[in-house]
Amino acid sequence: MSKIILETKNIVKYFLEPVKVKVLDDITFSINEGDFVSVIGKSGCGKSTLLYILSTMDTDYEGELILDGELMHDKKEKELAQVRNEKIGFVFQFHYLLNEFSVLKNVMLPGLKLGKYTTAEVEHRAYEKLKILGIENEALKKPNQLSGGQKQRVAIARALINDPIIIMGDEPTGNLDKKNSEIVFETFKTLAEQFNQSLLIVTHDNEFAKRTHRIIEMEDGRIITG
Amino acid sequence: MKYKLIFSIAWSLLMARWRQTLVAAIGVTFSITMFIGLLSFMAGLNGLLDGLILNRTAHIRLYKEVKASKKQPIDLANKNSHNFIASVKPKNERIEIYNSATIMQTLRQDNRVEGVAPKITAQVFYNVGMLDLTGMISGIDVEAENKLFLFKDYVIAGNYIDLKNTPNSIILGNGVAGKMLAQIGDVVQVTTSKGERIPLKVVGLFQSGLLDIDNVQSYCSIATTQKLLGVSTNYITDIQIKLKDITQAPSVARKFENIFEVDALDIQTANAQFETGSFVRTVISYAVGITLLIVAGFGIYNILNMMIYEKMDSIAILKAVGFSGRDVNVIFVAIASTIGLVGGFMGLVFGLGVSALIDQVPFNTASLPAIKTYPISYNPAYYIIGAVFSIVTTYLAGYFPARKASRIDPVIIIRGK
Repeated sequence: MSKIILETKNIVKYFLEPVKVKVLDDITFSINEGDFVSVIGKSGCGKSTLLYILSTMDTDYEGELILDGELMHDKKEKELAQVRNEKIGFVFQFHYLLNEFSVLKNVMLPGLKLGKYTTAEVEHRAYEKLKILGIENEALKKPNQLSGGQKQRVAIARALINDPIIIMGDEPTGNLDKKNSEIVFETFKTLAEQFNQSLLIVTHDNEFAKRTHRIIEMEDGRIITG
Repeated sequence: MKYKLIFSIAWSLLMARWRQTLVAAIGVTFSITMFIGLLSFMAGLNGLLDGLILNRTAHIRLYKEVKASKKQPIDLANKNSHNFIASVKPKNERIEIYNSATIMQTLRQDNRVEGVAPKITAQVFYNVGMLDLTGMISGIDVEAENKLFLFKDYVIAGNYIDLKNTPNSIILGNGVAGKMLAQIGDVVQVTTSKGERIPLKVVGLFQSGLLDIDNVQSYCSIATTQKLLGVSTNYITDIQIKLKDITQAPSVARKFENIFEVDALDIQTANAQFETGSFVRTVISYAVGITLLIVAGFGIYNILNMMIYEKMDSIAILKAVGFSGRDVNVIFVAIASTIGLVGGFMGLVFGLGVSALIDQVPFNTASLPAIKTYPISYNPAYYIIGAVFSIVTTYLAGYFPARKASRIDPVIIIRGK
């Protein structure tokens, strides 16, 4: 059995505004290294909320989140930022690239922040990641000169730069057409199968979900299957 | 923390909106320029106005006043009682200072004293045909008077030193000369209070700027004045003292009064109103200058606030990929400080330029014959205050928006789409 990289124990989350609502109820599951997991469910079932808790950006919850063997609950804001930088790669529905920087610099930013490699090394690694995604020729353009699919692939390259233990995606294909969705899916699949990269993708595209290795289905804040 | 990375991000954000940045920096530049220009100009004017009084007035004046003695003989005879004396009159005393030579000798050796100038005042009549104009002649030690009170600056015609070199010479007040139709080289007649009529050669004209003074006042050398009055060569009525530190004048005056047994008047007592005016003018110019800087500070605050709203997504994503709140804070403070530093530095340069420009504007006034252009003070203190204040205001203007940016919750931004 491969190593468990992400584990939750009895996570409960309330929304306090406008009235107290329980959005996540007793979420307990784990993800192993190399898993390609999708989370599906209807709008408002709490899947995005869960993702933001798992990503350490939302700290207002009850229960335990263990990432790479470390309990996240008591960490400070700065330490959590460090965890996100080093261990988690993000892909959002919108690409969220910084238009002030070139594509290459966008990919490099988290790597520079981590400071594990020199600037030249980070640049080399960024090129490699862009090559994996087939967009190394766009490296010196500004993000607003790229197509939607290309932008999303740049965002994936950025997520990969620090070799995270897991990539989390919040509807990464939600904003793309069929063709670009396919490219993004294939990219994820390649990462999972060839590079043994763990992925956790929230989606409401059932076609997409079916082709992943494991589906976690949610309803009303609970996991019903998976 | 990786400051190099943080600063490169700050720089990119700055340059991405370089027009806004420029406007903010120009705001700072403008306010610092005005601050420096205004303060230099005000300080220059203040110095000029202060100089009007300070340059001509002794810090301490030693003299003998005609007044009734504080110690009446009856008090010595009847010590234990309270004595009532009616109708006390001052004694007929000479108004000269006794031992003036010794006193001046002592004063010159005192290390608090910068210089000493003796003076004699004599009441005279200027004779113009059948008319007698009342007037006043001051007998001065020409060199000492020039050294301490810039006598030369007020002599508008002729050479001041001729007063010393030419026997029986006079420098007439401009008003008096006008009435007497006297020019340099003419000989005028004056009558002393004792009735003697003496011819004096006009070697110069002087103008103080105060019409009342110029209409009566003239200057002679000490020796000439003593001759006019028919007194001995040690007759001196006033000793003018200039101190190294003007603020000590009142206390030093009290000491001299006791030591030399004369009356001593310090400049603060004699010109209380002038110090108030000078203080108020300084306060006003600082108030205006600092208001300008604060307004510029609000400008920067607004621009940064707007920038943060615009960059909300970027801030959220920076946080999502691992930049901490502190990193974001430093980015925005760096942006504000850059605006402050660049704008402030330009402001100092332009401020110097504006000062130099004002310094060239012609300014002619009757009261100050030596002044040809508007006065400017190039006091480095204003530049230091301007620099410090520009950095502090921009830092504060950046700090609060930066704190707001650092607290942005990436979840809210990212989910909001």
